[in-house]
Amino acid sequence: MSESIQDIQDEIIDEFSMLDGDMEMTISYIMELGERLPEMGEDNKTEDNIVKGCQSKVWLKAGLDEGKVKFEADSNTAITKGLVSLLVRILSDKSPQDIIDADLYFIDKIGLNRFIGTQRSNGFGAMMKQMKIYGLAFSTKTQNA
Amino acid sequence: MSNTLTSQHIDIEHIRSQFQVLHQEVNGKPLIYFDNAATNQKPQRVIDALVHHYQNDNANIHRGIHTLAERSTAKFEETRKAAQSFIGANEAEEIIFTKGTSESINLVASSWGRKFLSEGDEVLISAMEHHSNIVPWQMICEEKGAILKVMPINEAGELILSEVEKLITDKTKMVAFNHASNTLGTVNPVKEITAMAHAVGAKVLIDGAQSTSHLEVDVEDLNVDFFAFSAHKMYGPTGLGVLYGKRSVLEKTPPYQGGGEMIKDVSFKGTTYNDIPYKFEAGTPDIANVIAFKEAIDFIQELGKDNIAAYEHELLEYGTEKLSQIDGVRIIGTAQQKVSVISFEVEGIHHFDLGMWLDAKGIAVRTGHHCTQPLMDHFCIEGTARASFSVYNTKAEIDTFIVALKDIITKFK
Repeated sequence: MSESIQDIQDEIIDEFSMLDGDMEMTISYIMELGERLPEMGEDNKTEDNIVKGCQSKVWLKAGLDEGKVKFEADSNTAITKGLVSLLVRILSDKSPQDIIDADLYFIDKIGLNRFIGTQRSNGFGAMMKQMKIYGLAFSTKTQNA
Repeated sequence: MSNTLTSQHIDIEHIRSQFQVLHQEVNGKPLIYFDNAATNQKPQRVIDALVHHYQNDNANIHRGIHTLAERSTAKFEETRKAAQSFIGANEAEEIIFTKGTSESINLVASSWGRKFLSEGDEVLISAMEHHSNIVPWQMICEEKGAILKVMPINEAGELILSEVEKLITDKTKMVAFNHASNTLGTVNPVKEITAMAHAVGAKVLIDGAQSTSHLEVDVEDLNVDFFAFSAHKMYGPTGLGVLYGKRSVLEKTPPYQGGGEMIKDVSFKGTTYNDIPYKFEAGTPDIANVIAFKEAIDFIQELGKDNIAAYEHELLEYGTEKLSQIDGVRIIGTAQQKVSVISFEVEGIHHFDLGMWLDAKGIAVRTGHHCTQPLMDHFCIEGTARASFSVYNTKAEIDTFIVALKDIITKFK
């Protein structure tokens, strides 16, 4: 049984609380998380998989495996890639319904609102929306199957 | 630009003391504000004028006969005169208040363009235009069946005059380009190109958003037909701009929007329009901001454009030299004549990451395409980081910025 969306968010909140709100340390940590994100194959970085942000590109691919949605993602900027890795960590390997219902409160708790506030510039907000849309699409598919 | 003037003529401590906003910490570091080409900060006298107006004089202008209305009207019109003298216009009536440079250009494209452009006519813009000086022309060209053509630039980011000469023909009706580029800093040869345009009977519009706070502007000497600029890029309030137009051209240009102020007489059978500039100023204008804008103009005039230009040029040269010494930094825009704007990219670091890191260190720069996407395409890049300086910036700030940048680069190795 994998950890729940809530458990993972609480873990992330714990990790970030050690950074004490220091912006430089926060960005360093986010970049470090990005580096640990599993590689997304170059052949998956297609136009179809792009979630458009104004300044950075995000690629997002989703598939359904035994009732669980598997996300793969990448970005052309190091910081966005780190942010994207957080969303993958929280929402990948969850059921479509869990993804639809997910309340992503970690953003507020770790002071990342500004990254959401500037969603125009980094595609992070657009990515969250796209993940929910995948959740919805797969949930319809599962029900119809 | 005068070479004899130096920073000795600028009392930087005195200047900085007038900008409270600069004296704060961002992310635990002293703020360094290098996003001046987007908007620069306002000296206390501008803020005081706004407050004073609302506390003492507030009234609607031009129509009222009571004392407050008289007072507000007089101050409003004083700014018009100050703007007139600031850009060397012949008459105050040639100064129209708008929402900003974008609206000024839209006014000309839509009012002048609708009357004077026909199918097959050509409008010429440059490859380094802000979207504000591209899209309004695309819209009117599409409507009228006119053709939009683009003056090319070289790798330094300068207009190629031999090509410009070929593009200006009998078909050209309007040549619209910026005085200084917001992305590259390039200062364009306005006088020369205006002469070429006038030789074929075309009109000239200059986007002066990036020049008015840095360069001497004399519209009579430049001989342009229209000159557009924004208050907020020259220490003035946001939401306010100016359109200068030659009287002879403005008089033939139909009104932009309908409403109060712009009419002489209205009946249900028809309306006669007011004289310039009022026929272009429908509705209650941005009275308080216009009044406060005079303080921004006076701030610049008192420092002296020559002094400002010389000081900012020092900052530009200093910053350019320091940045050029860093491995992997490429400066985009290396024109001979530049205002104090440095666009750059760093090998292996996306401009978004760069901007976020600099912000974490208290340094505000702009990143992205700077609303000049066609220009980014020209240089085959997605965007840049841009540091732009105003008269309150210092070499010490540039030093801090360079140290920060070097530190950021090590984090990506």
